[in-house]
Amino acid sequence: MALSKEQIAKRIAQELKDGMYVNLGIGIPTLVSNYVPGDIHIMLQSENGLLGMGPYPEEKDIDADLINAGKETVTLLKGGVYFDSAESFGMIRAGKVDLTVLGAMEVSEIGDIANWKIPGKMVKGMGGAMDLVASAKNIIVAMQHTNPKGESKLLPRCTLPLTGVGCVKKVVSDLGVFDVTDDGFVCLEYAPGVSIDEIKAKTAGKLRIADDVKEMVF
Amino acid sequence: MGLNKVVAGADVAIKDIPSGATLMLGGFGLCGIPENCIAALVRRGINELTCISNNAGVDDFGLGLLLQTRQIKKMMSSYVGENAEFERQLLQGELEVDLIPQGTLATRIAMGGWGIPAFFTPAGYGTEIAEGKEIREFNGKKYLMEMGLVSDFSIVKASKGDTLGNLVFEKTTKNFSQAMAKASKITIAEVEELVEPGELDPEEIHVAGIYVHRIFKGSNYEKRIERRTIKK
Repeated sequence: MALSKEQIAKRIAQELKDGMYVNLGIGIPTLVSNYVPGDIHIMLQSENGLLGMGPYPEEKDIDADLINAGKETVTLLKGGVYFDSAESFGMIRAGKVDLTVLGAMEVSEIGDIANWKIPGKMVKGMGGAMDLVASAKNIIVAMQHTNPKGESKLLPRCTLPLTGVGCVKKVVSDLGVFDVTDDGFVCLEYAPGVSIDEIKAKTAGKLRIADDVKEMVF
Repeated sequence: MGLNKVVAGADVAIKDIPSGATLMLGGFGLCGIPENCIAALVRRGINELTCISNNAGVDDFGLGLLLQTRQIKKMMSSYVGENAEFERQLLQGELEVDLIPQGTLATRIAMGGWGIPAFFTPAGYGTEIAEGKEIREFNGKKYLMEMGLVSDFSIVKASKGDTLGNLVFEKTTKNFSQAMAKASKITIAEVEELVEPGELDPEEIHVAGIYVHRIFKGSNYEKRIERRTIKK
């Protein structure tokens, strides 16, 4: 069975290491915060200008002056800090954020990512995605392996307008976990019940199956 | 008089903004937007405005109000979703939009306020926004040259301010407002609380009064929330 969005998020949470500063994008990446292992301490950065982002507030604590980059009402944990957006992106650009998790429409075998524009459709803008992918030390993409038409989103080259080049290090899809290497995609893990043949059939980009490939464990 | 920047209210504060002006408008989404001045701009009815603002509001609030009245000619923003009227005007060719990566936009504004005309950032290298821009390599990585932004007017909303124009922005209302307050020839600040000099802790002032030309105590803030998310 392909993974649910929650399971993708749960698997990505295993990539979190004690002491990391992490930026989570909108969608599946946001769900990752629900599965942070209890024995590690990380801080979430949100690019509009906060570090140490906490969970959504109780109804009584909602504050219009405290939102995240997804414009959702949030809270600040003890030790959290507010700053302006220019400083926030300075933090990102200077490589202080250890890990960025974001969604994508397409990822290529050379680590290019497209996630902001579909020509001919309404363009809403790139927000902070171009800045994040250009500077983050480590980028994990969380996405469905195929688009709604069933076409692979892991491609030799992106067909949509790019957000960034050569930046994606890892993809966690509903079918498995893939490193992006100089040798293309390398399948490290497959989702429970998903066959290697299915992964091969649904991956258009160059794909190698790791010698020690294993079933994903939660 | 002198260094006292206080004006009577929003209508007075914006009374000399002409049609065709370039405005920086603070806020992120609907968080920390200058509600009183936006309402005054609608009342004043000037048009052909170029608005530098991270977002374009929603249909019936924020900059969406100035879109409804067709007062905006061009938006410079990083993300303009959530606004059907915006989409309609854009598709009809009634509105121009310059989409700029969020960090590049924030930094262009900050650099404008610092008197730095241009800088290099890796954001957008290899993408369509790099077209026509100078590319330089530093330490093996490619960067785009981006220009600092300075505009005619900045309009920001701060949590607190004093009569000298010193400003404090609470929580995530600093967003683009803090940098915008420093980046225009004329900066107009509306504040929730207006106090006398000495009442703000000098250690906590985000924008010094030297950058601010007009300040007034705003009223009737709605502070609308775009995505009301609560703990489940």
